[in-house]
Formats: sequence, structure tokens, C-alpha cells
Amino acid sequence: MTQPLTQTLTREQHLDLYYYMQLNRQLEERMVRLFRQNKIVGGLYSSLGQEAVSVGTCYALEKRDWIAPMIRNIGALLVKGVPPRDIFTQHMAKFTSPTLGKDGTSHFGDLKVRHIVSPISMLGDLIPVMTGVAMAGRYLGQNIVALTWIGDGGSSTGAFHEGLGLAASQRAPFVLIIENNQWAYSTPVSRQVPIQNLADRGAAYGIASVIVDGNDVVAVYQASKEAVNECRAGRGPRIIEVKTMRMRGHAQHDPAEYVPKEMFEYWKARDPLTLYEKYLTGNKIWDAAAKSEIDARIERELDVEQKFAEDSPLPPPELAEEGVYCDGCHKIEADWKRAKSEVSPPKSSIDPTWRLKDLPAYTQATITGGNGAKNSAPTQPPASVAAPAAAAATVPAVQKSAAAPERAELQPEHLAAGVAAEDPAVPRVPFGRGPKDKAFRQSPENPQNKPAYSRAPKEKSFTRPPQEKSFSKGPRNKSFGKNAQGKPFTKNPQDKQGRR
Amino acid sequence: MSHTAPNLSSKTVPTSGPITMVDAIRQAMFEEMERDPAVVAIGEDIGVYGGAFKVTDGLLAKFGRERVIETPIAETAIIGAACGMSFLGLRPVAEMQFIDFIACCFNQVTNFVAKSHYLWGAPVPMVIRGPSGGGVHGGPFHSANPEMYFVHTPGLKVIYPSTPSDAKGLLKSAIRDNNPVLFFEHKYLYRRLKEEMPPGDYTVPIGKAIVRRPGRDLTIVSYAAMAHTSMEAAVELAKEGIEAEVIDLRTLLPLDKDTILSSVKKTNKLLVVHEDTRTGGIAGEIAALVFEGAFDDLDGPVARVTALDTPVPYSPPLEERFLPNTEKVVAAARELAKY
Repeated sequence: MTQPLTQTLTREQHLDLYYYMQLNRQLEERMVRLFRQNKIVGGLYSSLGQEAVSVGTCYALEKRDWIAPMIRNIGALLVKGVPPRDIFTQHMAKFTSPTLGKDGTSHFGDLKVRHIVSPISMLGDLIPVMTGVAMAGRYLGQNIVALTWIGDGGSSTGAFHEGLGLAASQRAPFVLIIENNQWAYSTPVSRQVPIQNLADRGAAYGIASVIVDGNDVVAVYQASKEAVNECRAGRGPRIIEVKTMRMRGHAQHDPAEYVPKEMFEYWKARDPLTLYEKYLTGNKIWDAAAKSEIDARIERELDVEQKFAEDSPLPPPELAEEGVYCDGCHKIEADWKRAKSEVSPPKSSIDPTWRLKDLPAYTQATITGGNGAKNSAPTQPPASVAAPAAAAATVPAVQKSAAAPERAELQPEHLAAGVAAEDPAVPRVPFGRGPKDKAFRQSPENPQNKPAYSRAPKEKSFTRPPQEKSFSKGPRNKSFGKNAQGKPFTKNPQDKQGRR
Repeated sequence: MSHTAPNLSSKTVPTSGPITMVDAIRQAMFEEMERDPAVVAIGEDIGVYGGAFKVTDGLLAKFGRERVIETPIAETAIIGAACGMSFLGLRPVAEMQFIDFIACCFNQVTNFVAKSHYLWGAPVPMVIRGPSGGGVHGGPFHSANPEMYFVHTPGLKVIYPSTPSDAKGLLKSAIRDNNPVLFFEHKYLYRRLKEEMPPGDYTVPIGKAIVRRPGRDLTIVSYAAMAHTSMEAAVELAKEGIEAEVIDLRTLLPLDKDTILSSVKKTNKLLVVHEDTRTGGIAGEIAALVFEGAFDDLDGPVARVTALDTPVPYSPPLEERFLPNTEKVVAAARELAKY
């Protein structure tokens, strides 16, 4: 199902990637200075060293596509066309910020023009929300892809798992970037999960996943482009794990002294911007003049944007009371790209019953699996994929997650088509055990077939003593189980329906 | 509570015969989904099975799987997805199989959905509906009245109707509202009373209480199943010469302060009755409102009859002790009337 990476970038696109990464870096370096000058209200959560992730992923999207950034995805906002002043003003809590000062950092969005959903601080919640965005886009015929990011830390939340479960069962055109920056605040990945690759979790949901060097912007872009294309073709959702490193503390207040020096040094030598500059020079995509021209342009732009933010006023206090409800201030209208009649009766009407082909367990189609210990189903070996990747990567720039699954189950009719059929060459193995096991189960060697566990006649001492009169079920007190009128409470058995 | 609830509505126009609250809510869903293809339903077992209480029965057959979305058991995913859908202009109606399970997605509701419009100007036109309330021996996890968590959350609207026609009209208003609305359906009332629906495409405004019975001696404020209990109590009190005015709130957030205050200014006494637990229940909020807005008019203390401050117990005698009933309301009103 997976096609080779044949996406090539033009020179202009290559320079675009550099522009956005450098813009991201310079913007954040400036904000660090502003923070030290006490001009940032609240915390500053740096994405320095992770620019390739935000830029490379978002650059693979089209204008109509939707993103929901995390706090460290400033680069994605820039690629989506958010002006740097919005990021400055947000952090400085100014009246001119997108939220008018009601929230800070990258907590802002834009539904109408740039299609950005605002993050909240509770991690994982964006995954079900963006699943819903993807489902609504498909319903309206917009052919969009929804993309969001989650950290290694956030991948432990319940919302992560609930969201992925729904996205997978809905075949939603949804891409999840697991941005593994090695640290959840002060806790390393190894203390969060006992697995090496977070991408392996995709297999549990039946979601194909790949692992990418997150400091190689070209590799990140190419993996993202492929995932986006797959989703747009109706073969979503997709997971990409990008391995990178948080080069600062959790926020500015945190010196990250818990990170071993060697680890910082290793990743500093693999700085994404340095790697990419070498790549551009080595492949003769640019020259020194092109670089200095872009750098100068960024300086000019940021000077203007920062000044705008610093000169902006704080919000008027009375604003605090406004905007809790939408009292007609927004006109809510869906952008239909398909005929409404397709989803209205009579065309929408169906026979509301499950058919046998909807029930693969019944038809013996999918009784395979288990925890893999004895499962002969093939796992795909990590396959390195040729990519014009940046130099110095010690791992293949893109590799398939060891457990990347090929989905084989049925495709519900109302969802986009395109799931590959099951490989007939793979023998079916019931319940994760081989045929040998079946013979073993039936053999007398099996301790379970021995009568050792049969029940011995009960000893007297275990039987219940005869109950005393007062505890026995005598005629109940009349008022028990009745209400004041002397009628039983539950008249209608349907009131008890559906308890779980 | 009796099983033949008094007819609370004055809007009885004979059309196709009286229907239950379940059917009234179903009717609202059918009519709204027919009217606007942006309305979709999402929840657990709402399709082929028709919902645990059959509220969505028949929706799948008519509107198909794209609009009647059956989900895994994942309340956070349901609310999150509904919220995401609403960002593209859809109007999802999400079902909690029992409203007790809304606790599983509390974060999604209170932090994401409720705050979106205030923080970044993103309206979330969605409805979360589900069966609530006790009196049917559902036990501690199928009988709760968790409305006050959400009444305490700015950005949400909270509706809790007591009659079939109100349920239909208010659900339609909720679906058409640009804000996230929680719609509580008292399961004791689902099939115990029937009512004629007003004809045509009628709605009931959100945020408007209704005076169910006029009176001069004291005001009883209540909602949902307890509105019926309060009405029964008012009948009993009338036999003793005490004329109680009964207000059915219908909407808890935003609260209809005007109707409460003008009634208290007339009767000078206030009794609040609710099935929610006592501490932090809406009675405290209403008492504070009256102290702020009509203190000089009060002839006695604000009284309240509520459930106990315990989980909802399972066994019939325990649940009966837990819940308010007509006798408890009559007794409290009698005491209050002495002032």
C-alpha cells in the first residue's frame, strides 16, 4: 500500500523550508530575550531545536487542511500563514493578539481562513477534536486532512487512546505526529513507557505508522506528505513518530539540569538548521548570497512585528466580562462541497441492520492475533527508504515502524474505500496459537485435561449454616420496594434498559 | 412521586394524540435532522439498536451512517469529535448513554468545549444529551444529577425539562443555539406521562422559567421530576388553605432570575426543591439571588428540600430516603407558611 517516497521539492520549496525554520528560530530567540526583559507575561515554552518537526509536517499540507498545534509548534503556525506579530502579542498578553489577551502562548486559532484549532493545556484532547474535524470535512465533501501533534508525554493520556480508537474506526483522514522530544517535563521516555518506539502503538489501533528523524526537515516533510496523501485518498488515519530533542527546559524557568550533558551535546551536533544548511550547500541548492538574503529578510520582518507587539496596548479590563457566549456574533454555516441531498432522506436512508459481512468474527475472517508471541503473521522488517536526507543521520532518515500494520478487515460502505485485501498467503492462526497448540490442548499431556481441578465434594464446614429467622427472606416489610402511594417504583422495564 | 403525573402544560393542542417524553425527544431529533443536514447524531449504540432508551430509534434507517455515528465506548472521543465537527459548521447532538458517564469526558466539556468561544472566538454549536436522575433504582452510577458541575462552568447552557412538550421545544432550541448546550432528560419522566405536542415547528426559548401554578402564600422553585413532586405538594397544601406558586425552571443556565424574583416579591416566601444533592445544589444559588434581589420582601428564611449529601443508593428503601418526595415538600412548605 505504501508507495516509495518520490516527492521531490523544488528549489523554491527548499528555500521556503529554510525560511520558515529560521523564522521560527529567530522568533523564539527574540522571545527568550523578551522573557528576560520581563516583557513576556507568564511562561515561555521553547521549541528551539524542534523547528524541523513543526515546519516539515505543516509544509506537507494544503491551504484547505486543518491543524491543531501544540505549544511547541510555532513553526507550524508560521507555515500556515500566521504573522509573527500574533505570536509576539499572544505571549505579551496584548489587546492586539488573536485572543485579545484572554489566553497566551500559541493558544489561539482561526476557523475561517487558516483552519487552525487552538490547543488547550490538557494534552491529548486535540486528537479526538481533530478526528471530528476530519470526519466533518469528509461529510461535507471538502477532501481535507486534519493534522495534530502530541508529545511523548501526552501520548500517555486517555484522550490520546480514545481519539485514536475513534479515528481508526472511522477511517478518518487524520494524521497524528508523535513528537518524541525525549522528555515529558523532567521525565524521560524510558520512564513513561517500556517500548522504544511510540509509533508501535499504531499497530494496536490498526493505524499504519512510520518513524522519522525529526531533525531532518526533508525526511519529515516527505513522510508527512506521504501520510497526507494516503489520508486524502481515503486510507487514513496515519501516525508519524518523529525523534527529536527538547533543547531547553520544559519552560524558561526550568534549566533542565536533569538532562545529561552528553545528551545535549549529541543533539546539538545534530541541530536541524545546521544540518539543513549543510544539505542545501552540499546539494548546491543555494549559495551564501541566497542565505544572507533570507536571513536579512527575516530580521527586517521580525523587527517590524516585534515593534508592533511591544507598542500594542494591554486589553481594557472590562473585556474580561465579554464573549462567554455567542449571541449571534458568529454566523455558523457549513461549507458544503457535496449536494445536501446525498445526506438527506430518501438518499440517506438505509436498512438499519448488521449483515454477516459486517461481522468478521462470526465469519471467521479475522480470528488471528494475540500478543504476537506465537503469531506467525509477518511483521515488516524496518525498511530504510531512500530519501535525499540531510547528512549525519545515524539512523535511516525514515523507517517503517516495526509493527506497521496493513489493515485487512472489511471496509464499511459509508467510509472511504481503499483498504487492501487480506494476503491469502498468510495462514490463519486461531487465537494466536499454532495448530500444534490445538493438538496439545486436546492431549492428556495438557494439565488442564487432567482431573486434578475437578471439584471435591464440599465439606460440611463450607456449607452455610442455617440462617436465623431474622435474616431469612420472610415476608418483606410492606413499605420496602414501594413508594408512598404503595405502588412499586419501577413499572416500566424499559427504564432499566441499557445499563452497563 | 405518583405515576399519573399531573398535566403541567397549558399548550395542549390535540393533533396526533399524546406522546411520551422519549417520543417527544425523538420527534425533535427527526424534525431537526430533516430540517438541516448539518445536524448529526453521535454516541454509543445509537444506530442499529436505537439507543439504550430508544431515543434515537429509527434515526439510522432514515438518515444513514454518515449522520448517525456509532462510536466506541469513549466519551472523551465522542465529545471531542462532536466539538471538532462543530468547528466546520455542523451541529452535532452527542448522546451520553447515561448522563453519569459525562464524568468521563469532564475535561473535554469544561476545558475545551466551554471555553472555546470566550478564549479564541470559536463557537461550539453542539448538544450533549442523556438520561439523568433517580427514582428508577438505577444505582449510584445510573441515577445521578450532575447538572451543577456544568451550571458552574461559564460557556455552557444547561437545560432540564419536565414535560414532553418542553423537552421537544427546548431540544430544538438547543440544536439551533450557537453555544454548547447540555440537555438533561429525567429518565423517571421518559415514559410516565404523555402530552399532546403543539402543532408545527415550535420551540421553547432557552433561559425562560414557567409558572406552573399561581399562588399567593409561598413560591416553590423546582425543575425536572421534582417539578411534578412540587405540583403534587401544592395540591396537598391547597387542601390546608396554603396556596403555593410553583415555578418550573426548565433552564438552569442561564437562570431566569426575573421570574423567580417577581414571584418571591409577590409571595414573600421561597422554598427550593431539587433532586440534586444538597451542598452546592442550585438551591444555594437561588437563595443568594433572592437575598441580593428581594431581601426586603422576604417574610421567612429560604427553605430547601433536596436529596441527601450521599451517592444515590440502590436499594428501594435507601433511595426513597435519599430522594425528596411530596411529604417532605409539604412538610417544609407548612413550616415556611407559618412565618
